Amino acid sequence: MSAATKPASTEAALTMSGAEVVLRALKDNGVEVIFGYPGGAVLPIYDAIFNQNAIRHILVRHEQAAVHAAEGYARSTGKVGCVLVTSGPGATNAVTGLVDALLDSIPIVCLTGQVPTHLIGNDAFQEADTTGITRPATKHNYLVKKSADLARVVHEAFYVAKSGRPGPVVIDLPKDILINKAPYTEAPKTEHRSYRPQTEPDAEQIRKAIALLKHAKKPIVYAGGGVINAGPEASRLLADFVHMTGFPCTNTLMGLGAFPADDKQFVGMLGMHGTYEANLAMHDCDVMLNIGARFDDRVTGRLNAFSPNSKKIHADIDPSSINKNVPVEVPIVGDAGRVLAALIAAWKEDGAAQDKAALTTWWRRIDEWRGIDCLRYRQEGKIIKPQHAVKRLYEITRELGRETFISTEVGQHQMWAAQYFGFQKPNRWMTSGGLGTMGYGLPAAMGVQIAHPDALCIDIAGEASILMNIQEMGTLAQYRLPVKVFILNNEYMGMVRQWQELLHGGRYSESYSAALPDFVKLAESFHAKGIRVTDPADLDAGIREMIAHPGPVIADIAVAKDENCFPMIPSGAAHNEMILGPDQEGGVAGVTDEGKVLV
Amino acid sequence: MSEFDSAPRAATIAVLVENEPGILARVVGLFSGRGYNIDSLTVAPVDETGRISRITIVTSGTEMVIEQIKAQLDRLVPVHKVSDLTLEGPHLTRELALIKVVGTGDDRVEALRLADAFRARVVDATTTSFVFEMTGAGDKIDAFCALMRPIGLAEVSRTGAVAIARGPRGLI
Ligand SMILES: Cc1ncc(C[n+]2csc(CCOP(=O)(O)OP(=O)(O)O)c2C)c(N)n1
Ligand SMILES: [Mg+2]
Repeated sequence: MSAATKPASTEAALTMSGAEVVLRALKDNGVEVIFGYPGGAVLPIYDAIFNQNAIRHILVRHEQAAVHAAEGYARSTGKVGCVLVTSGPGATNAVTGLVDALLDSIPIVCLTGQVPTHLIGNDAFQEADTTGITRPATKHNYLVKKSADLARVVHEAFYVAKSGRPGPVVIDLPKDILINKAPYTEAPKTEHRSYRPQTEPDAEQIRKAIALLKHAKKPIVYAGGGVINAGPEASRLLADFVHMTGFPCTNTLMGLGAFPADDKQFVGMLGMHGTYEANLAMHDCDVMLNIGARFDDRVTGRLNAFSPNSKKIHADIDPSSINKNVPVEVPIVGDAGRVLAALIAAWKEDGAAQDKAALTTWWRRIDEWRGIDCLRYRQEGKIIKPQHAVKRLYEITRELGRETFISTEVGQHQMWAAQYFGFQKPNRWMTSGGLGTMGYGLPAAMGVQIAHPDALCIDIAGEASILMNIQEMGTLAQYRLPVKVFILNNEYMGMVRQWQELLHGGRYSESYSAALPDFVKLAESFHAKGIRVTDPADLDAGIREMIAHPGPVIADIAVAKDENCFPMIPSGAAHNEMILGPDQEGGVAGVTDEGKVLV
Repeated sequence: MSEFDSAPRAATIAVLVENEPGILARVVGLFSGRGYNIDSLTVAPVDETGRISRITIVTSGTEMVIEQIKAQLDRLVPVHKVSDLTLEGPHLTRELALIKVVGTGDDRVEALRLADAFRARVVDATTTSFVFEMTGAGDKIDAFCALMRPIGLAEVSRTGAVAIARGPRGLI
């Protein structure tokens, strides 16, 4: 093309490198923080980061942690979390985090470096087929092969990550695309060509739902992470709806905080380690309203015995979640907040009277179940019960009144945290629900602390899980992030040990946490404070010391080694076959091989 | 609920997608990742700009599985439209096949006679072979191949099914 025919405007626009275009697009999409780790393929972006102040880069110690940190950031703020990693090993290290975000519907945009376009497919140094590897690990992914597409792809990635059912999006960026000049274009004002998820519920479906709910004798509201994802307003609407109807409400693991734990209409978490009253109410109800939950196998137990006599209403933003595991009478596609607003309006409008007498009888039933007090435990003797440690942590943070965020690793401690820490508000609870990723909690807490510098951010951890991303103690030190790691140290991969005890004849194959580090010294070597508590009498003081310390802390709490997490619905069992406690462990003897194949 | 335990049925699903790199891998990966069947899959651009491709998938499953397949396809970002032709009414399904038959003498005469009956065209001939081209529903091609087998069927290449609804109703 001769110089004369080149449009002048294009010339003028091409003043920015691809890397600068990427940063500008991030900024225009509201990114303030990016969690990353450098390498050859992304050096142009690091160069651009060096030259600006709008976006803060947090240098993690492992790419998996960058994604979990972005998840913690996203889940505690409602914003899209942003990640930057290099090609090859940088991208493959990020994969666990991406799948974690996919299963828990967390909006993430992850930029991965790539070898230059002319080397793609050549087995070049640090080349991996990132879009191939991450295709089933993301909601969507892109490989940018033309500079002209760069800005549009970044804008689109943010739109895809946060709209509909949120999820992780990868943008693979060949190094030549980052170095070459590229045009910047604003985010398009027009609708996306093909991806336009339905957010507004269908009025007819709402009417059908209300007709069922008005005549329910034994109703229950079962709310999940979709309510949290729909923003804090959705949680307010959930409370309004539950209060105006007088219905009992249960939350999934991902939904904790969507409805206040203290509310008398809250019957606790449901599912494998949920409360007796929540699971029995699910089993016996006649009308179930599921909002933003997905009938996950941890929740339903044995499918053919799941809530056998109820009519089910399922509101979900993702049509593929509806009728996937459990057939429902009234499917509603839409955003949880919009659905709740519509339900509230329709409930008020509908003149039909509620069967108040039936509801009273139903509550009497539920109160009987509550009377079992399924979460009771006895703290006695010289050994700290893990449940007690979480309960005291909750009570002390509550008494202090500070804004508190909790993350967890994966295992028994995670379930005890869900059972004994009460969440009154959404966005305060970060846990790896769908993937169950050990090593999630510390980096997630780090991301939360970045977003909420003055809040109290605690990772309730197990001694095995914490070692999976322990290197992030370095990140805490570098950025002076006062995250508290509260280890329930039972010297076992407790959840594995529990299954081995209950289902595999007590053969504790490879589940002992041998050769543990001295966590106090470990903390100190990372410039943090270390605390060890072994005596129940010192527990409160240890917790208070941990919270009072202005910097990062590891509190290593020695807890009972053989404690099991109850109540429990053994795999393959039904809600009404739950085991309440150790006296009833024989109840597991009946687990069939069919049940044992389930995880 | 009966719908969920229903006997498997065949479904011909038409999917309009953005014609972008990786789209086929996304669709195929969805089927393999979630354990769905693919009996056949065809794809080609169908609009004047070449930006939109049409994928025709023939699959089978219970009603619940087929509903899942459609919902899962529909949630892929580059997918514009998913249509279950089997469910939505009368439709046409066609497949093209190239069929090589090798033989001499009476076998050649018999091959030509059968081809004529099936309206297969000869598109290549040597003194010892024919290549027939035929279009039709899959079972018609199956039947033709079965008859050619004893005569000297040497090679078959088939496109897989393409399908379209009857009548004025359109997908785009
Ligand atoms: C990355 C990963 N590997 C393995 C598992 C399987 N797993 C689930 S819980 C658990 C034990 C966790 O032990 P710990 O962190 O000490 O927690 P505890 O159960 O003792 O509270 C294991 C190995 C997992 N969830 N994630
Ligand atoms: Mg442990």
